[in-house]
Amino acid sequence: MNTRMQQKVVLRVVSKFLIPFILLFALYVQWHGDFGPGGGFQAGVIFAAGFILYALIYGVERTRQVIPAWVTRSLLSVGVLLYSGVGVATLLMGGEFLNYSVLAHVPTHGQHLGVLLVEAGVGITVFSAMTTIFIAFAGQDS
Amino acid sequence: MVATGLAIVRLRNLFAVVMLTGIFSLLGAAIYVIMDAVDVAFTEAAVGAGASTVLMLGTLALTTSQEKVKPGSNNLLAFVLVVITGGILIYGTFDMPHYGEATAPVHNHVAPHYLEKSTAEIDLPNVVTSVLASYRGYDTLGETFVIFTAAAGVLAIIGRGRRPSRSPRAPQPAKAPRDGLERRGIRGRRANDHDPSDTTGGASS
Repeated sequence: MNTRMQQKVVLRVVSKFLIPFILLFALYVQWHGDFGPGGGFQAGVIFAAGFILYALIYGVERTRQVIPAWVTRSLLSVGVLLYSGVGVATLLMGGEFLNYSVLAHVPTHGQHLGVLLVEAGVGITVFSAMTTIFIAFAGQDS
Repeated sequence: MVATGLAIVRLRNLFAVVMLTGIFSLLGAAIYVIMDAVDVAFTEAAVGAGASTVLMLGTLALTTSQEKVKPGSNNLLAFVLVVITGGILIYGTFDMPHYGEATAPVHNHVAPHYLEKSTAEIDLPNVVTSVLASYRGYDTLGETFVIFTAAAGVLAIIGRGRRPSRSPRAPQPAKAPRDGLERRGIRGRRANDHDPSDTTGGASS
């Protein structure tokens, strides 16, 4: 975003330390949403925050090398397609749209699987939406 | 929160306003925690205080951080309208049941079913997740589509590469070349409209 921030050594080093933990925490929030607070929305935002921090410190061009435009753009639709795909799958397997009970032999297992996939879809879409919007904004002035 | 809101209204420096909206969201998240709504608080802290603040700052970097005040526009009509609307809204809350009241309609419609049957039907320890993703799967699908549409809209409007700068940004220093750690501290005196091929993915971002 601005070139001055990219020249601060402390910021560069500290952010490099922090980003893996941010991403790890996002994954924890994503997959632990069944057991505690959290889920796809929050995890997607936190995961995007890692990349946004990278973009702030290292600049948009380098972020684009890490995660190119086509990746975020296709992930944007992959998330939505995953979510609705689960719905279509439940339709094909003889249930109502988004009735996960038919996904496995035991209904609760099907529910677990469905919730997991759906949350993953939400997380993917939210992550790529946040990253896309931020980079679209931040890439304007460079 | 009231003080923060008043400060947001009064301040003209948009940078401070963005920071205060972040604080406002964080206070809101704290209130949600007090009301035992951890999931909502988590979302509020992450989206409201985190992501939207960063996006607003990105917008400020593109535009200006000082609000233009038109002299002589005191907008009495707007003020009266806001007061009336706010009064109606506050009047509407008088009819609402008190917080935590057992006879409130929200506790007697589908919530008992969710709370009692969730373990048998979904078997997830976090009932919020089972309501969000399973019982209310349609709603969440809609929300996901909303987010998808938002990102697609942003891409459609400003995502199509960058045009050659229409207004020269004189006060900005020349862009330093962004090709690695080793160039740190060496301010490249390159022209602002340098070779587009070195901005990776520039045309397609």
